[in-house]
Formats: sequence, C-alpha cells, structure tokens
Amino acid sequence: MARISASVYTSHVPAVGAALDLGKTAEPYWQPVFKGYEFSKQWLKDHKPDVIFLVYNDHANAFSLDIIPTFAIGTAPEFAVADEGWGPRPVPKVIGYPKLAGHIAQSVIQDDFDLTIVNRMDVDHGLTVPLSLMCGQPQAWPCPVIPFAVNVVQYPVPSGRRCYMLGKAIRKAIESYDEPLNVQIWGTGGMSHQLQGPRAGLINKEWDKAFLDRLIADPEGLSAMPHIDYVREAGSEGIELVMWLIARGAMNDVSGGKPPTVRHRFYHVPASNTAVGHLILENN
Amino acid sequence: MSLDKPYTDVPGTTVFDADMSRQGYHLNQFCMSLMKAENRTRFKANERAYLDEWPMSEEQKQAVLARDLNRCIALGGNIYFLAKIGATDGKSFQQMAGSMTGMSEEEYRKMMIGGGRPIEGNRYTGEKK
Repeated sequence: MARISASVYTSHVPAVGAALDLGKTAEPYWQPVFKGYEFSKQWLKDHKPDVIFLVYNDHANAFSLDIIPTFAIGTAPEFAVADEGWGPRPVPKVIGYPKLAGHIAQSVIQDDFDLTIVNRMDVDHGLTVPLSLMCGQPQAWPCPVIPFAVNVVQYPVPSGRRCYMLGKAIRKAIESYDEPLNVQIWGTGGMSHQLQGPRAGLINKEWDKAFLDRLIADPEGLSAMPHIDYVREAGSEGIELVMWLIARGAMNDVSGGKPPTVRHRFYHVPASNTAVGHLILENN
Repeated sequence: MSLDKPYTDVPGTTVFDADMSRQGYHLNQFCMSLMKAENRTRFKANERAYLDEWPMSEEQKQAVLARDLNRCIALGGNIYFLAKIGATDGKSFQQMAGSMTGMSEEEYRKMMIGGGRPIEGNRYTGEKK
C-alpha cells in the first residue's frame, strides 16, 4: 500500500524563482534564503519519494475569474510551466501521476470533499518555486508531482478546519492505493505578507513563529483559527497559510499515530515582500 | 440578511470578495489577456484602444492608464491580475507593491530589508501608532 512518509512546508515567493533563474543566489540579499534550503536539498536526495502531492495556489494563471474552483486536483500526465507575463520560468515540465491522482479524487470526493478534476492546466510559481527550492536546477524533476490547487485568491477561501480535514481524507485515500508508493505531501505559500494597498509590506515575525510552533505541536487547535486572524495578523496574502494545514492534516499523528519528527525548520525575512518559512516533518 | 464581513476594519487592505470580484470582472479579465505576448504588444502600441475593447467602466480604464493600483483595487481589481500590467511594464512585484504605499521604491525596499512593515499599529483602522 502507498504511504505518506513526510510533509514539507515552504513559501513560494516568485522572486525566489527569478533569483534562481537569473543566477542571483550568491548575492548577499538572496544567500540567507537559499542557505536555509541546503539541508532540504540533501534531505530530498536522501529521501526521494515516488510522488509528491503538492498543495499550492494558482495566482491568476491557470484560473481566471471565469472559473474559480476551491479545490482542484491535477490528473493529467503532464503540466506545462505557465507564462505569468514575464515568460515561462526555464524549469522542467511537471510530470503527473494520473492513476494515483484519479484514485485520490475518487476517494476524497466520496469522503464529501467536492474536488474539481483538472485534465489540462499550466502550473505557475506556486508549484514550481517549491520544487526549485527543494531540488535546485535539475534537467528533470526527481519524481512525478500531483498538483493540488486551492483557491486563496477570491474570498472566502476554504477554512483552516476544512483544509485540515481534507488532509485527513487525502491520507486515507493514499493509504488505500494498492501500489507500495512512498508519497510526500507538500503545503506551500505564506508566510506573513501583503502585496496590496497602503499596508503592503506587512510582516509579522512573532505570529509566523507561533504559527510554526502550533503547526508542529497543535495542528488541531491551529485549524480553528478564523480567516480574519490570518488577514489581520499575517496580511491579506498571508491567508495562503491555510494550505499548510492540508499537508499537516495528512500526517499520521492526526489520525492516532505518533508525533512527527521535526527534521528541519527555517525562517527568514525578507524575500522581496514576504517572510519565508520552511519545515520538514517526517512521519514515525 | 447581509453577509458578515469582519475584514472591513483592517487598515490599507481590500479583501477581494464576491462583491469586489463582480465589480472587477472585466478589469481583471483584461489583465489576464496580457498573459499573451501578442496582446501585450497590442496594448503597449495603443493602450486606450486596447482598453476600449473591454466593457470596463471609464473609471477603471483611467486607473489602468494612470497605473494607479490602489484605485484599480478599489474598483474591483485583484493584485494577482493587476500584476500582469506590471509584468507588461517590466516591473517587479516589489515595485508594484511598493507603488501602493506612498513610499519611494528605495524606501520600500529598505523597509523590507529592515524586517517589513510592523504589525504594531497596523491591525485596526484608526488604531494609534
């Protein structure tokens, strides 16, 4: 049977992708950001999964205002890298895992989560920047990826509680898959940032650090946090952090297993407009 | 009964909800069209003519022409869509975000390096700093 071995959490700041693509990683401004992922790149090499279930949000690239799915699972064999207006990032295309993705969709929908199934979709920096941070600049990504897009653009986004419960359902779906696959689940976005209006540039380090603490030790309690707390305390775009609760909800301890091991923790301000947060949790 | 909107007292912040989305539909879809290189070229060649192809309000068109992102947001624009205008102009996300704060590009960049805009005094409208 398939199993989830670990979860990874990371911001997906577009400027990080640009810094990498333009060869700026050694600049003093960017050095501390990439240093925080050195451990993670080696860790991923040592713990290469068979597939990554990657939770992210689309930033008005795959989805316009014509259709706004709350939860969308990518079931295609491959996904092209989006042209977000600056030209597509020079990174490998993303290879999907249609059979497992279809299995998860069927299981999770029968568990009362109404997913949108997407057979054609370009993926934007929300998905490719985490891959770049964790893998560097390979010719091909190390394994197939199932893109899972969450609406965090038009309010109301799904609640933290809903995301957390969805994570549980995803775990159940993966564990009922017949092949012995090693699956990682990644939650991306955040941490505190605001990209709009006179309050743009907001960063709340204390809140971010408390969020990391609670994500590790008290995800159940954290999942009850209302939207307004994210918006007020972590900025209008800080609400992306609800997506981390999907990955956290898929860990063993949530469904009665042992607490995970914190393999890595990193926090840095700033990357462009944003606080960068990163965690690796291994199931026991 | 009207919907609960607990986010209207967050200073300098517009939450992009269903009402804003309805108001900004054509503005945002215009922005989305700039993802295609040929549309970027046409827009740059004659901005007014390109905008006139869209059923946007005159106010929305003026806000785009002036690159007044705060005004665009007040009229239903969403930052991820508006970012396509910035991309067309060759601006970074930091330049766009900074342009809404009344700070110079340099001041904004320095604020971010210094740890960003502090939360103290920025939680509620009318709060004492």
